[in-house]
Amino acid sequence: MTKLRYSLLAIAAMQFASTSVVAQELNALVWCDHADDALIKPFEEKYDVKVNLREYEGTGAALALLEQSRPGDWDVLVIDGIDVFRAVETGMLAPLPKNELPIEDMFTEVIMEENNSKDGTWYAVTEKFGYNTISFNSSKVDVEDMQDLATVWSDKYAGRISVYDYYLPVMGLAAISEGVTTANMDAASLKTIGPVLGQMRSSAASVAGVVAAQTALATGEVDIVVGGGEWLTAVLAEEQPEMTWTIPDQGAVRWTQSIGILSDSKQKELSLEFIKYITSPEGQARLATSACFWGMPANSKASDFMTDNQRAILRWDEQNKFLRRTQLYPAPNMELDNAMQDLWLDKLSQ
Amino acid sequence: MIGHEKKLGWGFTAPALVWTLAFFVAPFLVMIAMSFANLEGRTLIWGFHLDNYIELATRPYLLRAVVVSLQITFIVTLASVVLAYPLAAIIAFRVPQHWQRFVLLLAILPFWTSYVIRSYAWLLVLAREGLVNQTLINVGMIAEPITLANSRFATVTGFIHFFVMLLTLTIYANLVQLSPNYRLAARDLGANTFQIFRHVILPLSLPGIVTGAFLTFVLCIGDYVTPQILGGNNELTMPQIVMVQLGRRADFPLASAMAIVMMGFVTAAYLACARWLRLDRL
Repeated sequence: MTKLRYSLLAIAAMQFASTSVVAQELNALVWCDHADDALIKPFEEKYDVKVNLREYEGTGAALALLEQSRPGDWDVLVIDGIDVFRAVETGMLAPLPKNELPIEDMFTEVIMEENNSKDGTWYAVTEKFGYNTISFNSSKVDVEDMQDLATVWSDKYAGRISVYDYYLPVMGLAAISEGVTTANMDAASLKTIGPVLGQMRSSAASVAGVVAAQTALATGEVDIVVGGGEWLTAVLAEEQPEMTWTIPDQGAVRWTQSIGILSDSKQKELSLEFIKYITSPEGQARLATSACFWGMPANSKASDFMTDNQRAILRWDEQNKFLRRTQLYPAPNMELDNAMQDLWLDKLSQ
Repeated sequence: MIGHEKKLGWGFTAPALVWTLAFFVAPFLVMIAMSFANLEGRTLIWGFHLDNYIELATRPYLLRAVVVSLQITFIVTLASVVLAYPLAAIIAFRVPQHWQRFVLLLAILPFWTSYVIRSYAWLLVLAREGLVNQTLINVGMIAEPITLANSRFATVTGFIHFFVMLLTLTIYANLVQLSPNYRLAARDLGANTFQIFRHVILPLSLPGIVTGAFLTFVLCIGDYVTPQILGGNNELTMPQIVMVQLGRRADFPLASAMAIVMMGFVTAAYLACARWLRLDRL
């Protein structure tokens, strides 16, 4: 009888263990900066879970993937701050309990209530931000020139610049250089931006993705990256301190990324714990200095968990000034977005 | 007995047939249907709409991408054949038979590294401060570094590096099957080396050349990585445009239409080469 009881107990324990193993997996659709053991391991160890990460590029690709997945396949979504509304409109994101999130500790400019919430309900929270501005090799260019956007892509630096290959921030920079605010961009302003993009294109040696732009800057192929920023030069700065960035006098573009829970997730509590960890000061410090790319943590208290050197590379002390001088990058509706892409591809092909 | 053999035959071919139907024919049919669908907002409207094909034919940057893709593909295919043929011929006719495997191994050694890593390596080699520019400066051929990376030249170079290896294999496989008696007979009849090559070796090795060239064409026209890394987006190819359609816009119908057009070019290339294609010679 005792043997039978032990056997039954053992079977029950094994079943419990196996179901708990299955239950303790969190599936997150993320940007590459989350795929860093230094960031994810502490959460996995604390909650005894396995976090399965799938990286993606482009909101369209992520939304298409989610539409094709079975309900409950995904728990957490990291998404471009300006695209949160696209996920909310399709009902993909679940409401978040605002009072459990460290929103009051965040830099005011990146709380972005109008982007992360709808009708008073929060669906996502900003986790990281940075700037699409001008990265450059300070030993190769006149540093003063970098304060003026028009000079950066003028003939003076023709063949010495690379343009970041994401149309939204680069077109935002073009708009800012012409005095058009990114929030007010419309079809008419594309006519103003077109010639600027044409000038930028004719001066550019390449239009490059993150790694190619970094390689080009590090190898001396180019001296300037338009659309770059701390996320581009931070990983280079340790060995090449001359690689730096600035916010020009006209201003620059600010990028943000948000995180939310998918409405079909079967593990909303665990997902919320993950978001609370990522937005906590410790999680934020780790995310800010992730292996894939660096960026400013949205939570200002992350400073306590960063080294002096890390803060210096991110220009922590200048953030208030930078935040005032930068604009969120364009958040076009679908029609304007398509028109922007067409203009971008047209200029790129010239 | 025959019935049993027939059943056995079906039994053996069924898995491959099911696999091909499920993972090639069915997705391909879906892609064709998708290319005639429309995207309204984020809603997919199925039907028989020609909008995507009309857009492809009328939008300048899409047309340019088609032209650029074809130009690059033809240049790469031609240059790869020209470079691979002598290499294959040397290995087949000049290298002692017991060394041929080792030499072939050396020829395909770059296949052992990742395609992406190889492309980035080329980017470093062709950079302004890279190996090529520094060598040219050191030997006094140029005074200032010239732009080699982030250009069509870089894309074509990266492609050729890859496809010369592939073509060397297909041409070599063809050449070693040719009996030396053909050459000896031609020589006996008074043909010189060039005439032997022109009238005997070249015609007999056409299947190997065409098979390799066709594979090069197929792989080159659909490749995204090399132009993306080495071309510096200075001109866009069709796969790059497809990626843009999918990445942010999620415009699967237009991307499918572009894929179908690429498929059309591949089919045309196949029909042009069909007479000489001998995949069994590989």
